[in-house]
Amino acid sequence: MTPAPSPQALQAPLVVEFPFTRSLGPVQSAFLTGLRTRTVLGVRTTDGRVLVPPVEYDPVTAGELSELVEVAPTGTVTTWAWNPSPRRGQPLSTPFAWVLVRLDGAHTALLHALDAPGPEAVRTGMRVRIRWAGERGGAITDIACFEPYEGPEGGEAVPHSGEFADPVTGIVAPARLDYTYAPGRAQSRYLRALADRTTYGERCPSCRKVYVPPRGACPTCGIAPDEQVEVGPRGTVTTFCIVNIKARNLDIDVPYVYAHIALDGADLALHARIGGIPYDEVRMGLRVEPVWSEDGRYPDHYRPTGEPDADYDTYKELL
Amino acid sequence: MREVAIVAFGQSDHRRDTAETSEVEMVMPVLHQVLDATGLRAGEIDFTCSGSCDYLAGRAFSFTMTLDGVGAWPPIAESHVEMDGAWALYEAWTRLLTGEAETALVYSYGKSSPGDLREVLTRQLDPYYVAPLWPDSVALAALQAQALLDEGDTDQRALAGVAVRSRTAAEDNPHAQLAGSPPPEALLDEPYLVRPLRRHDCPPVGDGAAAVVLAAGDTARRLCRRPAWIRGMDHRTEAHGLGVRDLTRSPSTRLAAERAGAFEAPVDLAELHAPFTSQELILRRALRLGEDVRVNPSGGALAANPMMAAGLIRLGEAAAAIHRGAADRALAHATSGPCLQQNLVAVLEGDAS
Amino acid sequence: MTKEPVAVVGIGQTKHTAARRDVSIAGLVREAAVRALEDAQLTWPDIDAVVIGKAPDFFEGVMMPELYLADALGAVGKPMLRVHTAGSVGGSTALVAAGLVAARVHRTVLTLAFEKQSESNAMWGLSLPIPFQQPLLAGAGGFFAPHVRAYMRRTGAPSGVGALVAYKDRRNALRNPYAHLHEHDLTLDQVRSSPMLWDPIRYSETCPSSDGACAMVLTDRAGADRAPYPPAWMHGGAMRSEPTLFAGKDFVSPRAGRDCAADVYRQAGITDPRREIDAVEMYVPFSWYEPMWLENLGFADEGEGWKLTESGVTELGGDLPVNPSGGVLSTNPIGASGMLRFAEAALQVRGRAGEHQVDGARKALGHAYGGGSQFFSMWVVADTPPAG
Repeated sequence: MTPAPSPQALQAPLVVEFPFTRSLGPVQSAFLTGLRTRTVLGVRTTDGRVLVPPVEYDPVTAGELSELVEVAPTGTVTTWAWNPSPRRGQPLSTPFAWVLVRLDGAHTALLHALDAPGPEAVRTGMRVRIRWAGERGGAITDIACFEPYEGPEGGEAVPHSGEFADPVTGIVAPARLDYTYAPGRAQSRYLRALADRTTYGERCPSCRKVYVPPRGACPTCGIAPDEQVEVGPRGTVTTFCIVNIKARNLDIDVPYVYAHIALDGADLALHARIGGIPYDEVRMGLRVEPVWSEDGRYPDHYRPTGEPDADYDTYKELL
Repeated sequence: MREVAIVAFGQSDHRRDTAETSEVEMVMPVLHQVLDATGLRAGEIDFTCSGSCDYLAGRAFSFTMTLDGVGAWPPIAESHVEMDGAWALYEAWTRLLTGEAETALVYSYGKSSPGDLREVLTRQLDPYYVAPLWPDSVALAALQAQALLDEGDTDQRALAGVAVRSRTAAEDNPHAQLAGSPPPEALLDEPYLVRPLRRHDCPPVGDGAAAVVLAAGDTARRLCRRPAWIRGMDHRTEAHGLGVRDLTRSPSTRLAAERAGAFEAPVDLAELHAPFTSQELILRRALRLGEDVRVNPSGGALAANPMMAAGLIRLGEAAAAIHRGAADRALAHATSGPCLQQNLVAVLEGDAS
Repeated sequence: MTKEPVAVVGIGQTKHTAARRDVSIAGLVREAAVRALEDAQLTWPDIDAVVIGKAPDFFEGVMMPELYLADALGAVGKPMLRVHTAGSVGGSTALVAAGLVAARVHRTVLTLAFEKQSESNAMWGLSLPIPFQQPLLAGAGGFFAPHVRAYMRRTGAPSGVGALVAYKDRRNALRNPYAHLHEHDLTLDQVRSSPMLWDPIRYSETCPSSDGACAMVLTDRAGADRAPYPPAWMHGGAMRSEPTLFAGKDFVSPRAGRDCAADVYRQAGITDPRREIDAVEMYVPFSWYEPMWLENLGFADEGEGWKLTESGVTELGGDLPVNPSGGVLSTNPIGASGMLRFAEAALQVRGRAGEHQVDGARKALGHAYGGGSQFFSMWVVADTPPAG
């Protein structure tokens, strides 16, 4: 659900997505490898309880668990919830019941989906069995879901070595979250002005320092700046480094210079790339001005103005 | 044990969406509320502790930006928990107990509006066996509610009654996101969100912030006419897996309450962090709250549930009731994690007036 | 009102490496925790509370992972706190745990910090594509390199000092079986000629990316009396924060770091840290931060830190050994790196640092920092209980 945009505030989508690579401990490895071969393993605690899904550490005693057992693919629903509108990533795309299922032979319950025609067909205590996924690779999704089951009850858990050919030792867990990013009042004002190639800082009413970019609060006084001040466009390189390795997702040829630049009128430096000069000729004190790209919201880079270098004493407080 | 009290409480107006303000723009006015109430400046606070969560904002180190609102200059003694602010308050409380600090500022905030909260919270779950199924937070609460209904001691009408009582109470809370409610009969005609939960059984999703000031002994008496003394505070954790817990019980709440001294004398008010109607019933049982105890006169999490702040707000609301003489001995509770995995209980008292 | 003295009676860490593919996240933290318990000869029921820390949750892609880790850390039925203060978190976490003992809220606390960087990619976690913002132009080292240049300009330090630090720390790491990098054949010339990544920072002057965890058992006087091995006693602990960026910020020697050090020395009764402290474990993610922190922490006058490094004072055999464990330059499970500093300082005064033991170390400083050089946490530990 995306919140309605507010007319004053800038907003833009932010996608946070990564295929996490998760290595597995031995109990997890055995369980997920077992699922690949339609075998459900649990783990037995020192007091004889059988935990399914098998966890690595006893939730009661914190002891390390390793005694694997095999349980039945059939079980009993211990609680359920009817989900009329499945969401992204969930096991079924048609309405289904979330269920906790205690498999026959187990003392604890496993969370998964139950495929049933409607909520009337689901109740606590109903019997279900695993419906296996057609393609299985050693993941909890090798269980496609549960389905209603009328057959006989499975027996007690039986010992299992946990050994399989070609065990699964890790899973890839892709995760995508969609956000709507809103930078807030101060940043929105700043960004709007920047689109017109004007750089505004904001002055703190207490310490009188000018912040660029503004952040909505004077970080040393903890109050909201109340005055917009145009700064730059020229500035002074206060310090820099020469980047010789390509940064992630960045299409800039190396080497290039990444510099801290104090815009004229600002009380702290911002960060930008320096161009229009050989990288090994950039120096502290270099006077620079922005070079705006056609479509960018920011200066593409800064280039030398040709003015004499600023004296160290004029910017050393900004380092 | 050293005498420590909550001497000020402030909160934002909780809203579904606050896109016009950044996190720091939302938090800073709330900090000013509690500083103004105590007449303290940020530099006079001995210890600051905050609670927030990167996963809500969708960015790493999000708390470093909100520190701007504190005015941490000259540098301050400061810490942060990736938890609800109730636990930040707990950390600050222990700091005051050592005698190293006389005052503490605690704040927390959460903006749920940038993301899809039901989806974001799936990332809290066991990353191997559960998170890959993306079971959303309402679904998990529904499993818990069904287990409670299966017990036979309550029904969906009673759950609706919790919603009606909470949101009616919220009519007196200017900060609430949801206030007022149709009668239970009308609510029960609405469709299920995830059966057995309907929309009214669930908390509103929204943005908000809260802050409190803690002070010790005579400092507390100086800063506040009627300090809310923390007589005890404790928090406990349960196993992570839903399938290994009895979802109808909250043993961690019971244990935390015992350790906090909640059962040593009756309380006259309780602020419970029960985002779902069914969870209030589970918590009432764990806390042995009778019908004579006013529960969530603020409206509770069913009226406003800003993530990472809603627990701290329970402590703040309970303290505020003591400050204004509306309660003498109050219980405050906060929760974290799926289906009440982690619970904190504090007992607050005012001096006899 | 007096505080309860706090003793470190158990320390454990994992073998740190680029990717621990043989364990889950729980298995990783568990390994450190079990070693800490074994060191203290305690079992799970002896632990009253758990305090856990790590850096951003996006690194593993698990939101508030302590909820899932509760079972593995024996936290069921117990209080559990989760700290996050950026890179300083390992130190802050230990201090929060110590506070619980000092306040007599709990008697024995397990504290632990970890990072399993191989689950994702730290640079991904640090450079999420936030709209309206210019992408991070320079990578992690690019953030720090301009400050190193500023330090060199300010002090006139010769350009080779950073390489000396890197070479020293990597040599020290060879004596630490848990360290991630064991570069047996590394020479100083190789450090000096390694690729210049973010001029003035060379490849060999940067920290690795590690999977790892560190755990400690903290306890009160009675707990220390029962401990099988000599405890380390906490004589001072402090945290300081300042804003990320602000007008007048000194990135080379942040005031928060100076204030934090002054506070921790005051608590420990230290007036001349250079003489009174026998070993230092400081958070040096890029080699040049050793001379910078030597000044910030009061071991050298302003502008003089590099001279201590250059003259060998900070070597294992010097009179102020810095990072005898090999430091962050040899091992960097981000969230745990700060706690490793605290734990290694404690190992020194317990006389249990093995081959990287500083002879006769009786008082040591553990130091961590993070964010934009804005969050600092430190402790001073000693081999005898604090006075009073």
